[in-house]
Parts: sequence; C-alpha cells; structure tokens
Amino acid sequence: MPIRTEPVTINLGPQHPSTHGVFRMRITFDGEIILDVEPIFGYLHRGSEKLAEERTYTQVITLTDRLDYVSSMSNNLAYVLAVEKLAGINPPERAMYMRVMVAELQRIVSHLVATGFFLNDLGALATPLMYCFREREKILEMFEMLCGARITLSYMRVGGIFQDTPPEFWPVLSDFLDYMPGYIDEYERLITGNEILLSRTKGTGILSAETAINSSISGPVLRASGVNWDLRKADPYDVYDRMEFDVPLGTVGDNYDRYLMRIAEMRQSLRIIEQCADQIEDGPIKANVPALVRPPIGDAYGHVEAPKGELGFYMVSDGSIAPYRFKIRSPSLLNLSALRDMLVGCKLADMIVTFGSIDINMGEVDR
Amino acid sequence: MYGLGIAKGLTVTLVNLFRKPATVQYPEEALPQSPRFRGEEFVWYEQRCTGCASCAKFCPLGIIKIETHPGGTNVQEGQSFAIDVFDIDIGRCMFCGLCVEACPYDALFMGSGFERGTYRREDLVIPVEELRQAEKRPSTWFRPQLEAKKYSPQTGQPLSWEEVGR
Repeated sequence: MPIRTEPVTINLGPQHPSTHGVFRMRITFDGEIILDVEPIFGYLHRGSEKLAEERTYTQVITLTDRLDYVSSMSNNLAYVLAVEKLAGINPPERAMYMRVMVAELQRIVSHLVATGFFLNDLGALATPLMYCFREREKILEMFEMLCGARITLSYMRVGGIFQDTPPEFWPVLSDFLDYMPGYIDEYERLITGNEILLSRTKGTGILSAETAINSSISGPVLRASGVNWDLRKADPYDVYDRMEFDVPLGTVGDNYDRYLMRIAEMRQSLRIIEQCADQIEDGPIKANVPALVRPPIGDAYGHVEAPKGELGFYMVSDGSIAPYRFKIRSPSLLNLSALRDMLVGCKLADMIVTFGSIDINMGEVDR
Repeated sequence: MYGLGIAKGLTVTLVNLFRKPATVQYPEEALPQSPRFRGEEFVWYEQRCTGCASCAKFCPLGIIKIETHPGGTNVQEGQSFAIDVFDIDIGRCMFCGLCVEACPYDALFMGSGFERGTYRREDLVIPVEELRQAEKRPSTWFRPQLEAKKYSPQTGQPLSWEEVGR
C-alpha cells in the first residue's frame, strides 16, 4: 500500500536568528524539498518615504541613515546626489573624493558584515564573524573620526560634506590600507578552500543570468550570475570615472560565487580608496548651498552602486523646502524578489544559506 | 587531498589564538574616543545664546523646547531674548547634530558622554538648569575653531564661553 503524503507549510520567522531582522517566510515542503516560498515582510515598516515629505532636504539625510543601517554612507551619497541633480548643484572636487572614499570604506564594512553573517548562517558560528567584525571596527573608528558617529553617520550634505577631514585621519587610513589586504587573505585562507563550505555552497541556490535580469536584481548578486553591470562603470557619479578598478564577475550564480564576489569587491574597494587618497587635493568641501534648499519644480532620480545593489532616490519637488514625493528604490527589497526562483527545488538546509548569501537588510526592505 | 582546506583554515584560528585581543574589558578600560564624537550631554553657553531657536527649528524630531521673553541682554549681541526654558529631550534624540550645525552664534555644542542611563524616561530630559551648571567640555563636531586649537573634550579642560567662538 503506498504511503499517503502531503506537503507541509511552515513559517520561518519573523523572530528567527537567521532571518537578519524581522522577516518571515512561508515555506511549503515536500519532505525536505522546497516546493514554494512566500516572503512576508513589513514588520519593520517605519514610513520613511512619507516622513521625508514633511522634513527639509537636510533633515531627510538623517532618515536615509536608517534605511540600510550597515551602509549609511552609501545611502547618504545616493540621497545627496539626487538632491544635487534636482537643484543643479555641483559639489567641489575635494568633497567628491571624500564621498567616494567613504562610500568605498562603507562597502568594505557591508561586505564584511555580509560575509561574516553568511558564514554564521552556514554554521561557522561566530568565529569568522568575529574576525570580520574586528576589521569592521577599525573602519567604524575612522568614521567616528570623520563624523563623530559610527553607524548613523549623517556625513554628507547637499553640495558636499559637512566638515573637513581631521589631519589625524590620514595616517590611520594609510595604516588600514597597509594591513587590510593581509586580513582579506586571512579570510580566504580560513574559508575559501574549506571542503565543508564548498559542499554546502557549490551548486546551491543557483540564479541564472536571465532570471536575475528579469527580476531586476542588482549588485553582487547580479554580478555573481555573470552579468557585467556596475553603476560605477555604467553611469559614473562623483569621481568614479577617474578611478581604475575591475568589476569582478561570477560564472554560475550559486552561493559560492556570491561569497567570492564580495571578497573580490573588497579588494577592488581598497584599490579605489588608495587612488582617492593619492589624488585628493586641498580645497573647499561644500558648495555654496543655503541652509534651506529650495530646488526648482521638477523631479530627479539619483542612484549609486550601494554595497547591496542599485540604491536610488526619486524625488519630486514643488519648489518648497521639503520633497513633494519621495521614493526609495532599495536593492534589498528587489533582490529578495528572486528568492523563490533560487530556492524552489532546494533542500531545507540550503534555504538559510541562500537567504544569507543575498545579504538583505530589513531596514531597507521595509523602509 | 580532502580535508586540506579545513587544516589550512585551522592554522588561521591558531594564529589568532596568539594575537593580542582586539577587545577591552569595558567598564575598567575604555577605548579612545574621537574629539568629534557626538555624545549626549549637550554643552550650551547662555552668554552666547540669543534665543533665536534655530536649533529647535532644525531638529528633525522637534525635541528642543525653548521659551523666551523679550527684554534680556546678551553679552555679545546686546539686546536679545531672555531664556526661560531650554529643554532637550535626549530620550528621543538621535544625535544627528543638526541643531549644532544650525546655531549661528556657536552657543550649542555636542557633548562627549554616552553612559547616561536612567530608570525613568522623564529623567532623560535635560532641563535648562542642568545645562547651565554642567561642566562644559564641548565636542569639536562642526566647530573647526575648536579643532584648530587641537581641543579634545576627553582630555582637555572645560572651556568658558569666550574660548569657543570663531
């Protein structure tokens, strides 16, 4: 007599240590095989887009810090670029170099967090995460030197940055550039050739290039599938057109490629920071912008290659001191939309790994 | 050979076993703070303040409460408003520093503390009396004139209102 079986639906989250915040997945299993995944989010919704409509253009910067709270600098940069486009402001050279430099430092921070938590999800509990956080701490100390805060930075202003770099920052930065490549080598020695990692990540959670493009994935997840699309090359903002760097590309688009992508991007970020530190010259750090920015009536979309993908801000101005409409294109939310395509057919154990490899941040998904 | 990667990884763990620890035992020992640190004990100079309430208008959350009456005198600016209430509700403050950036007279500064904890939410409101009497060690955040003097709120002496101007 055949055994009668039926699919089982379970809820993972919203309070689960591996969901990187308050995220819930409704998963249908056939035994151990995943049949369907339905992501459910909104538990962290704070209404950032609506709140921005009643704040002045400078005050909105504090809101953007809190979107993706491990990469505030990139959020600041995307926002100020959008307002500068809207109001037709050109920031001075020194400010543009500083902004590129801190955005790349922030990319390293974000990728360190992503790598650490990805390995944590794999079962390499805490040890690699703590190694990653040790270097993250060094960068956060540099941020504290620059802007007095570590996570919610509010470093950039419309038309530049808020204050010039303190002189004690430069020796710390050059020290960091000296020892950081060694530490990245150390992560690779620790993890990259590891047989457990290889067997857990190779060939799991495959995202084909076609699916990735169709679901408008961006960032390292897209490049791991072998699509050469990086806004720093495709639409250079600030001084990226003067920088020399490569865009690392994956081949298969599995979890292992996504992990390697982040390691490789950290090395490229170091190259960019080095070039910035060489090329930067003294000068003003902020364009002549009034305290209350009043952009002309119109709309603008500013986007950057944030650590997690394309982060964009769309703004409509009615000529007043606050945006009339504010829309955030957050990479985490759109990258999450491919989760189902990656997971269907996988096993339960691959699910957490795949989810960790997308590197989402709930602050940005729910806004 | 199978297992080589794991052995290679374990050498990294072994190396780290003999490294100097990256952490410190916090209450006994604290890591150095940057002079620009945006801390909680706001430093306010009544002699410099004219009661213009720019800080309250620039605060994204509206947590600075100012009540004034006309007829006061400011040491620097002459005739101005006298300040009755200047309360900062740091229970809701996010320490973005926009109030400090907005102050045209260099009267308000960020502080450098981070250890204030209370049992009641109301105790997190800094009243004007406390601001008047507090020891004034301003942070150099958005105050290049202090940075030029190489002032550090952690190690330096408290500053009087004449010393903090531009």
